[in-house]
Amino acid sequence: MDTTTAPRTAGMRKRSSWSLLGEQAVEAAIRLSGISAIVFVLAIFLFIFREAAPVVFSDQFNPLEFLFSVQWYPTSAVDIRYGTLALTAGTAGVTLLAMVLAVPFGLGAAIFVSEFCGPRVRESLKVVIELLAAIPSVVWGFVALTVVSRLMVEYTSAPVGVNMLNGGIILALMSVPIIVSIGEDALRAVPDSYREAAVAMGATRWQLVFRVLLPAAKNGLLAAVLLGVGRAVGETMAVLMATGHAVQMPHGILDSVRTLTANIAAELGEAPAGSDHYRILFLTGIQLFVITFAVNLTADLVVRGTRRK
Amino acid sequence: MSHAFRIPLALTTGLAAMVAVASLASSGCRPRAEGVAIQNKGSDTMVNVAQAWAESYQKVAPGVNVEVSGGGSGTGIAALIRGTVHIANASRDVKPGEADQIRRNTGLDPKDFTVGYDALAMYVHPDNPLEAITFDQLSGIYREDGMLVRWSQIGSKVPGCKSDEIVRVSRQSSSGTYEFFRERVLANRDFKLGSRDLNGSKEVVELVSTTPCAIGYSGMGYATPSVKILKVARRAGEPAYPPTIETTWNRTYPIARSLHMYTLGMPQGPAKAYLEWVLSPDGQRILEESGYVPVPTAAVTREP
Repeated sequence: MDTTTAPRTAGMRKRSSWSLLGEQAVEAAIRLSGISAIVFVLAIFLFIFREAAPVVFSDQFNPLEFLFSVQWYPTSAVDIRYGTLALTAGTAGVTLLAMVLAVPFGLGAAIFVSEFCGPRVRESLKVVIELLAAIPSVVWGFVALTVVSRLMVEYTSAPVGVNMLNGGIILALMSVPIIVSIGEDALRAVPDSYREAAVAMGATRWQLVFRVLLPAAKNGLLAAVLLGVGRAVGETMAVLMATGHAVQMPHGILDSVRTLTANIAAELGEAPAGSDHYRILFLTGIQLFVITFAVNLTADLVVRGTRRK
Repeated sequence: MSHAFRIPLALTTGLAAMVAVASLASSGCRPRAEGVAIQNKGSDTMVNVAQAWAESYQKVAPGVNVEVSGGGSGTGIAALIRGTVHIANASRDVKPGEADQIRRNTGLDPKDFTVGYDALAMYVHPDNPLEAITFDQLSGIYREDGMLVRWSQIGSKVPGCKSDEIVRVSRQSSSGTYEFFRERVLANRDFKLGSRDLNGSKEVVELVSTTPCAIGYSGMGYATPSVKILKVARRAGEPAYPPTIETTWNRTYPIARSLHMYTLGMPQGPAKAYLEWVLSPDGQRILEESGYVPVPTAAVTREP
């Protein structure tokens, strides 16, 4: 705001004070929507915590049992136990398996779409990938229950078709489209001058991708993977149908497991409002919240660490 | 579910229930208005038959619309406590704590109508050569301290089940079927962890039909040609019975229970007429067609 803008502001004053007011209002609205994300996250956290708090501060609550026991007997007639270790392990196992399957495919597809294919193939691939992202999770659940489950029994030694591998495959299929579209955006955001420079230096296409593009787009690609992880950790309906919903520590990828999300979905509806069981389920919600927060924070720190180098 | 655990909760839920009752009183449930609606909610076991009743009742009394939803016996009774339904379906008795809550919140006693019987069938894959099973064996398979984990331990060799592992199929912990099985077969002890806890009666049969190693329990009304039903004996050496209408009535089949509809106090007007129709031969025939066992009084009028 110096000499060059002075005539312009004078002109604005000549217009009406209404337009100035309008501008301020718009500015305030934009600021508000910016802050709202933080407000919503805090409000959700507070709400969940308020529901869980009475049981956390009660005498019977044993945080060690809650975190490190596999005994989940919320409606037992003789001995009620709330241990979530098996559920946490289920969530971690299914997510990890899904990422092992989805990250290579997702990033590979992103690289192909952004660097290797022609414009017509790219457009049609992008449409199909976006269509894949639009399939509702309950439909994926049906696929898991009917198609994947039968194949699983037929072609593996699994005694039952609904297990961790099934859940991992379905979650991978669900997160690949996210990883592809965001990863592709990240790769395309790398300025063309980088590509031109690399080609001018005599780099092959592979060298271009691995030495130039991947390091340059690292943050965006990490964000893509993280959104995929978020989708996998938070997914409920499909994993409920695919994993077999069995409370046990998984010993192999063909074991049935239960995830934290599926457990909440299956039990919250019938837990009497205000009961310990109901509050413990909210507490597992906080647990999920903390897990995703930790994943995001770690990734953020990793990105900052590498950036400093 | 321990009552000592439930009763203090009544205090905390009391406020919410009072608000619900107050709003209900102000909005009023107009039972006698044109195009009456009867709200009917509860047991997932009963949701199919309740739906069938509701549909047929449209022909009997065109002005009355019965709105059915499931969610579980506990959900239905909770809705009755809040006063948001006229009839709650339950595949178990109302617990003393719940009856207390109903009295406290509405000032009325729950009125119990036995509308039929349900026999829980033990399902296995059709390839399983096993014919009969005892309560001891079921306990060994399902109970927390049970030692039976392989089919060979009970003398069965299932073709197609390479691992020999008994895949236990169960229900989610809040389901009435789960509680009934625990009470009747496991003598209220806990289930062994690691069973596949599915969210519906039909899903149990579905999973068992595609899994050679599996065993599961579900209402006998959910039987399909692609599963096999086991005979059940109370003790080894005693005769084993298949779940049928006759064995349910004469109580020789050990895993059977009565199905209830609960109202707040004596039902009036359309709800009363509906319950009378449900217990009439017409209503009971529909129940039987859905795979359940009718109440004996209606059966007297049943054609042989």
